[in-house]
Amino acid sequence: MTKPIRALIAKPGLDGHDVGAKLVCRALMNAGMEVVYTGLRQSPGSIAKAAQEEDVDVLGLSILSGAHLPLCRRLSEEMKQRGFEDVLWLVGGNIPARDNAALAELGVDGVFPTGTPFEKLVNFIREKVTR
Amino acid sequence: MSDKKNEVSPLFWESGLEVKPVYTAVDVENSGGMDGVGDPGNYPYTRGIHPSMYRKRPWTMRQYSGFGTAAETHERFLWLLENGQTGLNVAFDLPTQCGLDSDDEMAAGEIGRVGMAVDSLADMEEAFAGIDLNKITVSLTINGSAVAIMAMYFAMARKRGYDLAELRGNCQNDILKEFIGRGTWIFPVEPSIRLVGDTMEFCARNVPRYSPVSVCGYHIRESGANPAQEMAYALSIARAYIEHALQRGLDIDALAAGITFNFDIHGNLWEQVAKFRAGRRLWAKILREEYGAGDPRGLRLRMIAGGGGGGLTIQQPENNIARGAYYALVSALSGTQTMALCSYDEAYTIPSEHAAKLSLRTMQILMHEIGLCDTVDPLGGSWFIETTTNQMEARIVELMRELEEQGGIVQAVATGRVQAAVNAQAYEQERKIQSGEIKKVGVNCFVEEEEQRDVEFHPYREDEAGKQVARLDKIRAGRDGVAVEKLLLVVRAAAESGKNVMPAIMDAVEAYATVGEVCGVLKDVFGTYKEPVRF
Repeated sequence: MTKPIRALIAKPGLDGHDVGAKLVCRALMNAGMEVVYTGLRQSPGSIAKAAQEEDVDVLGLSILSGAHLPLCRRLSEEMKQRGFEDVLWLVGGNIPARDNAALAELGVDGVFPTGTPFEKLVNFIREKVTR
Repeated sequence: MSDKKNEVSPLFWESGLEVKPVYTAVDVENSGGMDGVGDPGNYPYTRGIHPSMYRKRPWTMRQYSGFGTAAETHERFLWLLENGQTGLNVAFDLPTQCGLDSDDEMAAGEIGRVGMAVDSLADMEEAFAGIDLNKITVSLTINGSAVAIMAMYFAMARKRGYDLAELRGNCQNDILKEFIGRGTWIFPVEPSIRLVGDTMEFCARNVPRYSPVSVCGYHIRESGANPAQEMAYALSIARAYIEHALQRGLDIDALAAGITFNFDIHGNLWEQVAKFRAGRRLWAKILREEYGAGDPRGLRLRMIAGGGGGGLTIQQPENNIARGAYYALVSALSGTQTMALCSYDEAYTIPSEHAAKLSLRTMQILMHEIGLCDTVDPLGGSWFIETTTNQMEARIVELMRELEEQGGIVQAVATGRVQAAVNAQAYEQERKIQSGEIKKVGVNCFVEEEEQRDVEFHPYREDEAGKQVARLDKIRAGRDGVAVEKLLLVVRAAAESGKNVMPAIMDAVEAYATVGEVCGVLKDVFGTYKEPVRF
């Protein structure tokens, strides 16, 4: 039997809007994945650490404050420092399409703005994560 | 004989009420009759809190605004006022809301982004320079760090020669809802309520015309609650603050007068109208019957309602202009005192000048062109509206009773039970939207095959964030550091002893102690909230 996909859903920075993050947690759990949720106000450093310690396949960030670029820049550095880069890195929330390229450059594998159907997200993860 | 041709499928509102295709006087009678309606301006205020409502006093237009530094925000304030806005509603950036200074490590990338950055009294002074605080009332949207920000606002007003005994305005300062949605909490639940109590006591004694608390059903609804729950949770939270403050020997009428409300509008038009009419009546009844309140100033449920961010969509963003106009219409039909609309680009960004002006013009068109101010409670007396108002009230009462029986709102928040329940509902709602069970134009019907399209963006100026940190350095260098240290010790002593912290914080911020310093002392004493994560 294959092991279930493990995901860490994180809220970096000070943004307190967690409806979307919790919806995604539930959707992934309903799709049979194991989900760890960090709660609010995590620093990029603590998120990289948690992702590595939890040995997750998927790292999902939820950001609605507009601070996604500086936060992802810092997280990217933290992950490099830890040598933890072999993870499917996704970002969701209020992410304007014009920032997609900059996020991809930082190492983000997929951007799923507010309103993305759960199915699309789940399928994307299943396609990319093979264990 | 059944008439198959006229049969319709059953219809339920989000709150669970079943809606009939036709209402008659019999429905009103069966739901409790018209006895509870009363006249506008009179108990129990079902039809509105003033006898002639908008004929005499149209709603205040108070768009939520603020970004960057105090200087930038000040410019936007003046621009809004020039364009006919009649009140201010201040957005603070996340570091300020979380009680952190701009040079805190966690503030990086967030300074001035979703609101104005405030570190010290100097920022408050700059933001409101030249604005007559007697003519333009100011609403401070601040919660976790409200004691510091409210103290700064009062200190600024006092310094400019305003008499605090006459100062009007309000502060959001509803920490219980921050634990349910919005998330700018700082301290654990119990000391957080105590701090709200400190502001209520301070205002009741020193700033009696000011409303220190604006209880927000809004964010609870945005987090997934239905309209009946929104009202039930909000009234329960308001009651929790009152219960706490009463223990300090304060007068119920003074306390009630200090509480205003903030509600959400999206979803079914009639359901919202019934929610507001029922909520107004129920709040007056609770205050009079349970607490013996008598002063109409407190019995009248005053509210800001509009918004509806949760109803807006990222798809086909211009559709949000139409949605905003309907939310404003609902708000006026519901007898609101103050209106603020989410701008059409607000699903993406803080409003551009263009979008903010469109929201303002939307409210002005409603006020001046189509007759919404002509008469009071124009929907009152409709068999449909009176029946559903009665039914909605019963539903809210039932929800409040359930909550009480399970140990009350404070405990439900502390254990995360409310959060989990609201969350489960948000999931169900989202699932129904994704499956098309609930229609959302541009999202699951009338969808256009297009790439995600960005709206015009309000620019975020990284250089302004740098300026804010430099300004903070300058403030720290220029103030009497020893005096600030001493005054912060007084804040600490008050926090530790249980004495009201507000006078000590007023003194500290007057000497330019910062938001981060004041909240840092309080965190030392009270600790930090730990989220109960439950699914």
